Amino acid sequence: MTAGMTAAPAARMTPRRAQALVWLAQRASAAVLALCVVVHLATMIIAVREGLSAGEILARTRGSVGWAAFYAVFVVAVAVHAPIGLRVVAGEWAGLRGRGVDVVLTVLGLALLGLGARAVYAVTVAS
Amino acid sequence: MIAADVTMDSAALSVAVWRGGAEGAYRRYDVPRLPAQTVLDVVTHIQRRLDATLAYRFACRVGMCGSCAMTVNGRARWTCRTHVDVVAPDGELEIGPLAHLPMIRDLVVDMAPLFDKWAQAKGAFAPTATRADDFAKIEPATPARRAIDAAIECIGCGVCHASCDVVGWNPDYLGPAALNRAWTLVNDPRDGARGARLQAVAGDAGCHACHTHQSCTERCPKRLAPTASIAGLKRASALAALRGEIE
Repeated sequence: MTAGMTAAPAARMTPRRAQALVWLAQRASAAVLALCVVVHLATMIIAVREGLSAGEILARTRGSVGWAAFYAVFVVAVAVHAPIGLRVVAGEWAGLRGRGVDVVLTVLGLALLGLGARAVYAVTVAS
Repeated sequence: MIAADVTMDSAALSVAVWRGGAEGAYRRYDVPRLPAQTVLDVVTHIQRRLDATLAYRFACRVGMCGSCAMTVNGRARWTCRTHVDVVAPDGELEIGPLAHLPMIRDLVVDMAPLFDKWAQAKGAFAPTATRADDFAKIEPATPARRAIDAAIECIGCGVCHASCDVVGWNPDYLGPAALNRAWTLVNDPRDGARGARLQAVAGDAGCHACHTHQSCTERCPKRLAPTASIAGLKRASALAALRGEIE
């Protein structure tokens, strides 16, 4: 900053820093999802290729720290990624912007996190 | 001079031109087809020979001033360097004003919103040196200088702005022209407003709104790549946000 330059006006509608960080979170979660989706799809296709029952799948996933960690990361990435993407869609396609939309989508993200965590628990821990 | 009045056989162009303001309509004109004819030649023929009330804007006619951009057969183009043979091989032309800018009349739009965004993106150089200082020495091969070279030849025609879907969806979006300009200054070591500029271009109405559709890059008549400039801004301003350098 040059001498004499004043700080930016304090009264901003939405903090730019938060918006930039939200964008970064979207990109980072997309990178995680790119890997997770490939592993998830490949595993599903390979695992059921010769016919696999739900019981056999659960026998492999229950108690598996690896699968629990993998799907926990997957769920967190989805819970971060989906609401941010929908926020852009709501703004650009429906003109819905502002705090109300952000609150609704935060709730959606938390709901995805809760539902996903429940599923991960059911598949890897619960008996 | 254009090779005037040398018609190619009896070939004629059927040209639909937007007349009026936002509530206007296309009106059709028959224009003789000439060799090496540009779309600007067509518009000029209509205004000088057929209908003197047609409003349009041009200045240099050689691709430097950036004032003659219009929508030609659905795409924003600089009309002075757009040959009729290339865009209308079937002899049909539809010429309208640029999209995403307020219509004034006929083919003239108000360019003020474009340059207002240019100013919002802090597109003005903020000098740090005084006249007592020596010339800045900037090596041509440095990455920053190369980044500037790649983006600096913008003529401000507005084709990228008119071609950008995000500008259409979000009227607050700064747009490719303003962001491309900001990127040249972010890379300029003589400039003293880097932090304020990254602040200005960050967020939902700034570089982070870009979807990388690359319409700007595809249609820039100067073959610049505003998409690449915006990508650079995304990285620089996200890093500044992580470091807490922007608010």
